Amino acid sequence: MGESLKCDICGKLATVHLTQIVNNKIHKVNLCEECAQQKGVTSSAGFSLADMLAQNLDLSLEGMEESSQEPHCTHCGCTVEGFKKHGRLGCPDCYVALKSVIEPILGNIHKEVIHKGKRPVSGLTRIEFKKQVEALDEQIETAIAEERYEDAARLRDEIRVLENQMPTTES
Amino acid sequence: MSIRSLITAKSELTHSTKAAVPVVLSTRIRLARNLKAIFPGRAEVAQREAILSQCQEVVGGLPEMKGGASISLGESDEIDQQALVERHLVSPELLASPEGAGVVISKNQACSIMINEEDHLRIQMVKTGFHFKKVWKAIDTVDTEIEKQVDYAFSPDWGYLTACPTNLGTGMRASVMMHLPGLVIAEQMEKVVKAVNQLGLAVRGLFGEGSDASGSIFQISNQQTLGESEEDIIKRLTGVLNTVIEQEQNARQKLLEDDRMSFLDKIGRAYGILTHSYYTHSGEAMNFLSLMRLAVDLGILPEDYRAVVDRLFIECQPAHIQLMTEGAEDPKARDAARAVMLRDHFGDATLNFDAVA
Repeated sequence: MGESLKCDICGKLATVHLTQIVNNKIHKVNLCEECAQQKGVTSSAGFSLADMLAQNLDLSLEGMEESSQEPHCTHCGCTVEGFKKHGRLGCPDCYVALKSVIEPILGNIHKEVIHKGKRPVSGLTRIEFKKQVEALDEQIETAIAEERYEDAARLRDEIRVLENQMPTTES
Repeated sequence: MSIRSLITAKSELTHSTKAAVPVVLSTRIRLARNLKAIFPGRAEVAQREAILSQCQEVVGGLPEMKGGASISLGESDEIDQQALVERHLVSPELLASPEGAGVVISKNQACSIMINEEDHLRIQMVKTGFHFKKVWKAIDTVDTEIEKQVDYAFSPDWGYLTACPTNLGTGMRASVMMHLPGLVIAEQMEKVVKAVNQLGLAVRGLFGEGSDASGSIFQISNQQTLGESEEDIIKRLTGVLNTVIEQEQNARQKLLEDDRMSFLDKIGRAYGILTHSYYTHSGEAMNFLSLMRLAVDLGILPEDYRAVVDRLFIECQPAHIQLMTEGAEDPKARDAARAVMLRDHFGDATLNFDAVA
């Protein structure tokens, strides 16, 4: 048999082992008899691990939450908790970082979970141009490293042509 | 242009004398847009200020904004700010965090762009009457102009990325301000709200979320923003609104047939109080003005009065009264000033009840 687990709160021998699925993530908590009772795990009123996690009842649990990789946005620091509390996201990157949480919600509030409206054409063109220029830049570096200077010059001309075609803000 | 001069200038909502029609006061579309940066609600003041100055420059330079006003909320008086809310040029939410927040308003006040409200940009276009196609065309142009100069946060799958997922996709809220006294008097409004809600549309009071429906004025808008194109959203909304207009006209007709005396009594009494009061508070004014608009629609008052009512709906609000009378800060003094204003406008009007004979 495997090693006996310790209580996540006090470190004594754990006798209560809980597994709950919250937001499609598995959360496991091991508690000793005493701590389990204190947290109401054994009460007949029911027990939600999500509540326990949400209320940040215990430091050790908080630490565990982090290590279990609850999704959060590395750009602005927005967490699932924060989003659920305020109903607002912190930055555009949150839509990628918290996708697993946001997507099911979108299905509930919108007609379909796919954009069918207007697109920012100028911005998308700018991004496309930038990508092409970056790819050419890389090719130039390789060409120079391999001493193919004629190729490098040709590529530089290509970039110049591209930059001339680039839509400017004045237009 | 200062806020004080905005409230006396001719504007789309207060001076479109010819455009005012029965039932629908105005059509409005707003677009939520963000730059690729931390959303205003989570940004530090310095970040908000950087976005504000960047956007003020871009938005202030738009052809649409020539001769308009650019206002930084942090630098304006509370009473001025309130007047902007009363004119529907800014939202109460924008005033809640004035630091690093601003608004740019076009000369005729039909277009206003809030900076650092819930999203970096809230572009808004309004027109008197029922004109979704025109308003969409105008706001689409402004949005495209801005987009030539700034990179919006956009995802090919989920559209324009917004601070709240309820605005995701098109970022568009299309709404009309409707005047529905017939349905209110006939006590059918609750039924209408339920039916409209079931079709995925929202019904709110005059000042948006959480406000009451004083003056029998309701704002009806789309709720869903993702999964449908702007044109389709507008088409669906227009269909429902046409039904509501029809219901309102039917309710008025039925009131005239079934309960004629009490219906006309309401209009007559409103006129009487409006033209003979020395203290009129704003809620009272809204309800009386609402009945005066109804009187115009029924032919009891001349057509010209419809636009007067629409202007007074705005100018009777507390901050407007205070600014226009130079400092009636005490509510009682404002009520007195409001009563004078209403007596001046309606004192010469005569009701022609024969029009509905």
